[in-house]
Amino acid sequence: MIRDFEAEEIDPLAVGAWILGTGGGGSPYLAQLNLKKLYRDGRKCRLIDPLALDDNDAVAVVSKMGAPLVGQERLVDPAHLARAMKLMEEYTGKPFRAVMSVEIGGGNALSPFLAGAMLDVPVVDADAMGRAYPEAQMTSFAIGDLQMYPLTLIDCRDNEAIVAKAASWNWMERISRKVCTEVGSTSATCKAPRTGKEVKEWGVLHTVTKATSLGRAVLDARARHTDPVAAVLEHEDGVVLFKGKITDVDRTTTGGFLRGSAKIEGLDDDRGSTLELSFQNEWAVAFRDGEAIAMTPDLICLLDTMSGEAIGTETVRYGQRVTAVALPAPAVLQTPKGLEHVGPRAFGYDLEFKSVFAS
Amino acid sequence: MKRIGIDVGGTNTDAVLIDGETVISAIKFPTTSDVMKGVVDAIGHVMASEPANASPVDAVMIGTTHFTNAVVERARLERVGAIRIAMPAGASLPPMVDWPDDLRDAVDPLSFMVEGGHEYDGRPLVPLDRDAVRNAAMRIRDAGINSVGITALFSPLTTKCETEAAEIVRSVIPDACITLSHTLGRIGLLERENVTLLNTALQGLGQRTVDAFAKALKESGIHAPFYLTQNDGTVVLAEVAAANPVYSFASGPTNSMRGAAFLTGLKEAMVIDVGGTTSDIGCLVGGFPREANNVVEVGGVRTLFRMPDLLPIALGGGTIIDADRGTIGPRSVGYNITREALVFGGSTLTTTDVAVAAGLVEIGDRDRVKHLDQSTVAALLKRIEKMVEDNVDRMKTSAEGVQLIAVGGGSFLIPEKLAGVSEVLRVEHAGVANALGAAMAQVSGEVDQVFSEMSRDAAIAEAEKLARERAMEAGAQVGTITTLDTEDIPIAYLPGDARRVRVRVVGDIAFDERRKVA
Repeated sequence: MIRDFEAEEIDPLAVGAWILGTGGGGSPYLAQLNLKKLYRDGRKCRLIDPLALDDNDAVAVVSKMGAPLVGQERLVDPAHLARAMKLMEEYTGKPFRAVMSVEIGGGNALSPFLAGAMLDVPVVDADAMGRAYPEAQMTSFAIGDLQMYPLTLIDCRDNEAIVAKAASWNWMERISRKVCTEVGSTSATCKAPRTGKEVKEWGVLHTVTKATSLGRAVLDARARHTDPVAAVLEHEDGVVLFKGKITDVDRTTTGGFLRGSAKIEGLDDDRGSTLELSFQNEWAVAFRDGEAIAMTPDLICLLDTMSGEAIGTETVRYGQRVTAVALPAPAVLQTPKGLEHVGPRAFGYDLEFKSVFAS
Repeated sequence: MKRIGIDVGGTNTDAVLIDGETVISAIKFPTTSDVMKGVVDAIGHVMASEPANASPVDAVMIGTTHFTNAVVERARLERVGAIRIAMPAGASLPPMVDWPDDLRDAVDPLSFMVEGGHEYDGRPLVPLDRDAVRNAAMRIRDAGINSVGITALFSPLTTKCETEAAEIVRSVIPDACITLSHTLGRIGLLERENVTLLNTALQGLGQRTVDAFAKALKESGIHAPFYLTQNDGTVVLAEVAAANPVYSFASGPTNSMRGAAFLTGLKEAMVIDVGGTTSDIGCLVGGFPREANNVVEVGGVRTLFRMPDLLPIALGGGTIIDADRGTIGPRSVGYNITREALVFGGSTLTTTDVAVAAGLVEIGDRDRVKHLDQSTVAALLKRIEKMVEDNVDRMKTSAEGVQLIAVGGGSFLIPEKLAGVSEVLRVEHAGVANALGAAMAQVSGEVDQVFSEMSRDAAIAEAEKLARERAMEAGAQVGTITTLDTEDIPIAYLPGDARRVRVRVVGDIAFDERRKVA
C-alpha cells in the first residue's frame, strides 16, 4: 500500500490544501516551489496508506511553525524539516517508518513531503486535523489525549531544541511557541512521534488523497471553463453559504492570533443580505444578517467566485468576488470531546455547535 | 507653469502642451519603429502653436512602455549578478527559482547566496559574510557582468546588510549598476528579489532610454528638466527613473487614470481606458489609482511592489468580431486597425466597425459597414455593454452607483448607460488622457515597514514622517505633501504588538530647486 507520489500531483495537492486551510495555515506556494525543485533534482516522494502501518511503527509528525509573514522572508527549507525529524530519531533512538502532517490545510500539508523527499521516508496519507487550526491542542491527537511530548524544534542556524516533557497540550503549545519566537518566529518542528496504532485510531485518514483530488477537480474545472466552486461543492458534498463581494475587512492581533472579520455584501440570490465571517487565523463563524449559520469545526472556506482559488484571512481584501462555502468536518472534531478542543467555545464564541450538515 | 506630457505606447505616441491647467495643444501619432523620431515629431507638433517669444517649457514628463516590453519580449536585458544575503535561511530556493526558463536564460544570472541578513525585529540573523560578498563581486567582475542585484533578509526593515554589501561590490567593480532590494520591494523575499533582479536586468536599458529621450529633447530645442512617470501616478527625475525602470512598468494605464482625474476634476471614480487591443479598468482613490495589494505577475515573474490595481479586459477598438458566432474577441487587429478594419477598407470586422455602423462614432468610410444587419449590430453592442458592466462591477467596492470616466482612443465603445454606474463621463482630450496624466503628475514617497514596541498611532506617525522625507528626497515641495493612503496590518504570532505599516504621500514638484539640479 505504498505508491509513488507523482510530480504532477504537487499542484493539485497545493490547491486542495489551500482550500482545506479554511483561510489559515499559510499559502502553500513556497513549499510547492520547494517540492517541485526537489523532484527536479531527482528526489521523489512515496505515499503510504495509514492502514498499511504496523501498530508499532514510529511515525514522525512534522510541521513548520511561526508567523507566516516571517516565513515569506526566511523561506521554508526541506533540510530543516528533515533535521527536526532526524533529531527526534536521535533522541528517541527509534527510526521512523513514515512521516505525516499535523494539518492538511495550508502550507503544512506539504511539510512531510519535503522531509520525506529529503530522507526517502514515505508520507502517510493522513493528518491530525483534516483542515488547519492554529494550535497544538487543536489536533485529533490532543482530542485523543495522546502523549504530547517530546518535540524537536530546529532553527536555520545551529539552534536545536527538544521539549522533553510538557504537562499538557496547552503547555506544549506555550513552551514551543516561546522557543519559536526566540529564534525569529519561524522554525521547523517534529512533534510527538506517533505509533502506527495511534495514527490508525486517531489520525484523520486519507486526507492527502482527498486534498489532491479536490485540487485536481478545481484545476480541471478551470481548464474546462466550468465552475470551479461547483467542483469544490460536488467533490466535498459541501454547501454554499453565501455569494457576494467583500466590503469590509477588520483585523487585530490579540494573544498572538490574527483575529477579525470580513463583511460580504450579497450578490445574486443573496442580494440584500450581509455575511460576516469572523476569523482567528482560520475562518471560525459565519453570521448571516447577525445569525450564526456556520461555525467551527465545520470547514468554512472562502473562495474566489471565478477561479475557485481559496482566499486567506491574511489576503482577503476589499472588492473580491467571493463565495463562502461550508464543507463537512471530520467526525472526530464533532464529538463532545472534539468540540471542547475546536468547537466555537474554544475560540471564545458563546455558541452551541450546530453543523451545517446536521439533518 | 508650462509642461509637455508625452506617452509613448506600443500603438500611439501622444503628446500635450499645457500651461497651468489649460491644454494648449495635443497630438496623437502612431508609434514608429524609431521611437525617438516619434517623440521629436510629437514635441514639434505641440510646440508649433507657440509664438517665438513664448516663455520656455518648465518640465517634460514622459511615460513609456519600453521596460515592460523588454521583459515581455525577453529582449534588451543585461546579464545579471545576483547576491542574496540570507544564508543559512532560504538556501533551498535560490534566486530566480520561480522564473520562466526563457527569461532566466535571457538574463543568464550568476547567483550567490551568502550569510547575513536580519530578523523581523532588527536583530542580525547571522553576521554578514563580507568575504563571501567580496568573492562574489570578484567573480561577477571576472564574468564581465556590470549589473548587480542585492537582496538581504528583511531589508525593508533593516537596510544595513544591503548597503554594506553594495560598498564592497563597488570597491571591486567601481562602475557597477547596483539595485538594492529595499529601495523597491516589500516584505516577501522571493517577490522582492524578483523585482530587484528584473530591475537589475533593465538598468542598462533604463540609462540608454533616458539618454535617448534627453537627446530627443535637445533636438527639439527643449532644455527643461525631464521626468519619467511611475506606476503609482507620480513622476521622478529621468536620471532617478533610469536606475529604477521597474517603477515605470504600469505607467501607461496609470497615466490615463491620472489624466481622467485631471480632466474631470474627480478624485473618487472608476476609469475605463479603452485602447486598441485591451481596456483597463481602475479605481481612482484621492485622485490616484488604487494600488494592488497582491502579487502582480510581470512577464511570468511574481512581484510585489507598487503597482496599480487594474482589471484588463479583452475589449478594444480593434477587437475582432465573429459575426456568425456572435463572439467578441479576445483577438484584436491591434495597431493594424487602419488597414484591417472594414471602415478603413480592410476585411476584418472589428468593434470599431460595429460602433460606426451604429452611428456611435464617425471613423473611416461608413458605407463599408452599411451591409451589417442592424439587429446583429444591436446584439453585439448589448454584449459589449454586458462585458463592461460585469467588469466594472468586479472592481467596485460598494453597491452604490459610481461615476465612470471613459478615456482612450476606443472610449466610444462605452455605452451611455450601464447598470451600477450612476453616470458615464466623457471629456474633451480623452484620447490623450495618458499624456495629460503624465503632464500633471506629482512626486511621491512611500514606506512599508514593520514597527514594534510602539502604539498604533506612533507607528503610523513614524511611517508618515519617513514617507514625507522620502518624498522630499524625490523632489517634492515641502508645503504641498499630503498623505495619500495609510494601511496597517497587525502581524500574527509576533510579540511586541508588531504591525506592518504602509504609508504613501504625494506632493507637487519643487521646480525652482530642481531646475538648478538638472
